[in-house]
Amino acid sequence: MALDKSAVAHIARLARIRVADGELDALAAELSHILAWVEQLAEVDTDDVQPMASVAAMRLPMREDVVTDGDCRDAILKNAPQAARGFFAVPKVVE
Amino acid sequence: MATAELIEGRTGSWEVVIGLEVHAQVTAAAKLFSGAATAFGAAPNTQVSPVDAAFPGMLPVINRHVVAQAVKTGLGLDAKINLRSVFDRKNYFYPDLPAGYQISQYQQPIVGHGQIALDLPDGRSRTIGITRLHLEQDAGKSLHDQHPTQTYVDLNRAGIGLMEIVSEPDLRSAEEAGLYLRKLRSLLRYLGTCDGNMEEGSLRCDCNVSVRRPGGPYGTRCEIKNLNSVRFVMQAIDYEARRQIRLIEAGGAVAQETRLFDSSRGETRPMRSKEEAHDYRYFPDPDLLPLELDPEWVAALRADLPELPDAKKARFVADYGLRVEDADVLVAERATAEYFETVAAGRDAKAAANWVTGDLFGALNRLGRAIEDCPVTPERLGQLIDLVADGTISGRIAKDVFADMIETGEAPGAIVERKGLRQVSDTGAIEAAVDTALAAHPAQVMQYKTNPKVLGFFVGQVMKATQGKANPGLVNELLRRKLASA
Repeated sequence: MALDKSAVAHIARLARIRVADGELDALAAELSHILAWVEQLAEVDTDDVQPMASVAAMRLPMREDVVTDGDCRDAILKNAPQAARGFFAVPKVVE
Repeated sequence: MATAELIEGRTGSWEVVIGLEVHAQVTAAAKLFSGAATAFGAAPNTQVSPVDAAFPGMLPVINRHVVAQAVKTGLGLDAKINLRSVFDRKNYFYPDLPAGYQISQYQQPIVGHGQIALDLPDGRSRTIGITRLHLEQDAGKSLHDQHPTQTYVDLNRAGIGLMEIVSEPDLRSAEEAGLYLRKLRSLLRYLGTCDGNMEEGSLRCDCNVSVRRPGGPYGTRCEIKNLNSVRFVMQAIDYEARRQIRLIEAGGAVAQETRLFDSSRGETRPMRSKEEAHDYRYFPDPDLLPLELDPEWVAALRADLPELPDAKKARFVADYGLRVEDADVLVAERATAEYFETVAAGRDAKAAANWVTGDLFGALNRLGRAIEDCPVTPERLGQLIDLVADGTISGRIAKDVFADMIETGEAPGAIVERKGLRQVSDTGAIEAAVDTALAAHPAQVMQYKTNPKVLGFFVGQVMKATQGKANPGLVNELLRRKLASA
């Protein structure tokens, strides 16, 4: 699978990464190479193989329904670029 | 399929096709993947853990109870429980989604196909298919109107467990959609898996609406987002169906898009910020192993299910001899059904149903109270019915006693004694009142020979004289006898 320039621009936009127009061709070539390399895996016959979710032989650990966390607003807001009246404050996202 | 309700357009009839996606907040003390609290109305950002705020290195650990709640809901929907399901990341950017993705379930949800039975007002019954139910995180809350240039974000809601319940496109009118939502809400409340509180946002609904010629292929659908009342759902569907019909009949075509319902204008309009066509790039969340359920655990949850509204309704009709309409009203809320059964225990069930759906509902409506904090306990309403049944008070007096009970919370027996309302069944005393009434109205006594309806006048006179306490049966009997021989 090869990615063209517009696909790269689209992916960059979805990921909110600013990519200059001049960089798109080089990135397209690079990403296409990576995909081609991974695609070699398609040569392996996996018809009778269950998908593997983890290499560790364990099941999803679960928690009881008990409140053990939260109530730490100052710590939560401490790294926010801006906060006001107990809220995170961000540039307005609707007109 | 039952006859659909069609909408007449300029060029013929149209059928509306509706599917609903309901987001139901799971009733639990803690969030889906963190130990922060879920209570409604807390001060902003006080119920946020570093997991919910997506601090680097934080790992989600699933809440067993929330999983159990989803399974119970699936069982209540008569649905397939998937013993293995997978959590995926749904990627998008918004300030109230700090991780940049929502943990959701995409291709392998925890609950598969199920159904809900609807009883339509005309007596028909319809089965609405449930496509799936999956678990996901709620997002935080954005406040856009607190500051001229900033949006404020409260993450208290971020990470609370949601069940997204998706219906098949089986609904055919706004009324059916309303019935479906009410039924689903009732079911969730019976199961105790969601409190169903639409004002607080515990239950939110997206509607997919399209129109087609009856029996024809599906039309292009529009999705109306984030409706938070049954009334708005119904209004939005009605508006949207008519908009699409007008558009097509004018030669246009419906564009597949997301719309918002403006409740003040009663219309839908396209969402303003046209985000890049939905491209969520789902992939399995590498922080979470697949969710595997033990069949024994699921069986134990099934064994523990309460009696659900449909079964309860059938039992009320069969065992208590109630009319279907009364049973319908009584089973809608579990608390109402329990109240009724306590009142009806060992008594005339129809009288109990009449009291609960009549005077009691009326009083609760007036007071704006839920049945859970009704000033009259079901035991005491039962005692009141007993007082009528054993002739201590008349049915008419019972209404007054009930009004007094609502006001004072006193026991009916105490009120009857305090106010001296005991029914007079002493023939001598009633006879005296009858004689007085006959003597006072000789003209009406004469009229009785040609117009037997005058009896009612005399009953009224005797009742007035005895402050309504005379046994009406005795009054009627005595009056008839005396008038006949007068």
